[in-house]
Amino acid sequence: MNAATIRDGYNFAYLDEQTKRMIRRALLKAIAIPGYQVPFGGREMPMPYGWGTGGIQLTAAVIGQDDVLKVIDQGADDTTNAVSIRTFFKDLTGVKTTEKTREATLIQTRHRIPEVPLQADQILIYQVPIPEPLRFIEPSEVETRKMHALEDYGVMHVKLYEDIARYGSIATTYAYPVRVNGRYIMDPSPIPKFDNPKMDRIPALQLFGAGREKRIYAVPPYTEVLSLDFLDHPFEIQRWDETCAICGSDHSFLDEVIMDDQGTRSYICSDTDYCSQRVQQEAVA
Amino acid sequence: MISQEPLLQVKNLTKLYAPEKGCEAIDFELYPGEVLGIVGESGSGKSTLLNCLSGRLIPTAGEICYRNRDNQWLNLYALSEFERRRLLRTEWGMVHQHARDGLRMGVSAGANIGERLMAVGERHYGDIRARGLQWMQDVELDIHRIDDKPTTYSGGMQQRLQIARNLVTHPRLVFMDEPTGGLDVSVQARLLDLLRNLVTHLDLAVVIVTHDLAVARLLAERLVVMRHGHIVESGLTDQVLDDPQQPYTQLLVSSVLTP
Ligand SMILES: Nc1ncnc2c1ncn2[C@@H]1O[C@H](COP(=O)(O)OP(=O)(O)OP(=O)(O)O)[C@@H](O)[C@H]1O
Ligand SMILES: [Mg+2]
Ligand SMILES: [Zn+2]
Repeated sequence: MNAATIRDGYNFAYLDEQTKRMIRRALLKAIAIPGYQVPFGGREMPMPYGWGTGGIQLTAAVIGQDDVLKVIDQGADDTTNAVSIRTFFKDLTGVKTTEKTREATLIQTRHRIPEVPLQADQILIYQVPIPEPLRFIEPSEVETRKMHALEDYGVMHVKLYEDIARYGSIATTYAYPVRVNGRYIMDPSPIPKFDNPKMDRIPALQLFGAGREKRIYAVPPYTEVLSLDFLDHPFEIQRWDETCAICGSDHSFLDEVIMDDQGTRSYICSDTDYCSQRVQQEAVA
Repeated sequence: MISQEPLLQVKNLTKLYAPEKGCEAIDFELYPGEVLGIVGESGSGKSTLLNCLSGRLIPTAGEICYRNRDNQWLNLYALSEFERRRLLRTEWGMVHQHARDGLRMGVSAGANIGERLMAVGERHYGDIRARGLQWMQDVELDIHRIDDKPTTYSGGMQQRLQIARNLVTHPRLVFMDEPTGGLDVSVQARLLDLLRNLVTHLDLAVVIVTHDLAVARLLAERLVVMRHGHIVESGLTDQVLDDPQQPYTQLLVSSVLTP
């Protein structure tokens, strides 16, 4: 271990080895049962829950010295949250960090999946606020666990039915529920539904950590992830009439931003790395 | 009328909370299309028995066997909970006394009716909605209120909605616990009328709990009379009510006749 680069008096990646082993055991179980929520003895981290301690604990449990870490928040590498988490791991592991999706071996994220397709040697770690997709209709944990066990999932479509009855289409745009491997209904965390298809049968491993509720779940590589829908109201992703004001992309997830003091509105890629890569390629070409 | 094999066989069924509190050593059979009334004073064990019958309360002894659509006999409590829940939302129905126990109060009437369809894999919104509208009509609810929540419905309308929600998957057997309890007399009469028509048209078998002997007379072909958790008398409704054999039944009947 390259002790020189780690802050004095701390273990590699903050957590003690026993805690890491406990989390890894829970992770193995989660990977073995795709979409199933595994309880784990979550630890307090030196930051508030809103910062995504679930994801941070998973990253701490799987990170090794050869890893290259990328941290994004809403698609961006430069938000306070992303910078703090990246600095935290840099301080306490000494690993290389990057903003480039292709270079990263570990990507910790909140609210987005990178636009660049993920590869077999990459792990995507999601920060999850509320892991239970059935919570909206059933407040009791005992009952939701039973509903999962018995595949009693009629209520999920009740929710979509209500959307269509009220708005004419499925209005859910974030945390859009999915069915994993034809079995468990899973909350994909508050990513836009635009990102849902990126979870389906990809080569990368996807891990989900909920700190406050102490739950871990996972989607192993090449696992089917289907968004719930109706035959006559099929699942659709968000689309924009605009293109990115910076790179011109007509196919990435766009954020609306105010560009100047006059309040001019514009659209730019939410994935900042993707956007700047495109600009660079443009410059080279 | 009743010549076939039974639909339900109840043998030595027991669920006691304390001596004589609950139900004990209950035996009876129910035939396809038959309406059986369970009557008795408050606390006699009617709801306990109904909850055991309808798969919601595990009995301490005895068994309940049900002959399903494929003509197989199923031992209710030998089934896995998965299979039991499936039976409950396909071949069976349950109408509760309190609508809030039988409806999802937070979602629209249409979603309430459609839920069982979606639970068994129906995935066409237009079909689900069309069947919701049809059932609203069949139970005489205003179809323009399909997107309203049941909280905005009157008590009688909520019971109609509960009935529609259950019948949408065409169950063969429906359990009802005091379905007209707490309703105004005129509302009650209309609901009973509707229930009677539905039962006849759909050839439904029904087990209905009531302490109102007038309701029992109107709906049930056969009655069992419960006291202290036991069946003390059973027979054709007219026989039991007009010519009760047991002293307890005589008391029960006379207390209705002398208000
Ligand atoms: N969960 C329970 N725990 C303990 N005792 C119970 C429980 N449920 C019912 N009992 C008792 O069992 C007896 C039968 O109750 P049950 O609800 O079956 O009566 P009932 O005939 O349906 O009465 P009512 O007409 O008032 O609804 C009562 O003495 C009741 O207090
Ligand atoms: Mg009762
Ligand atoms: Zn861009």
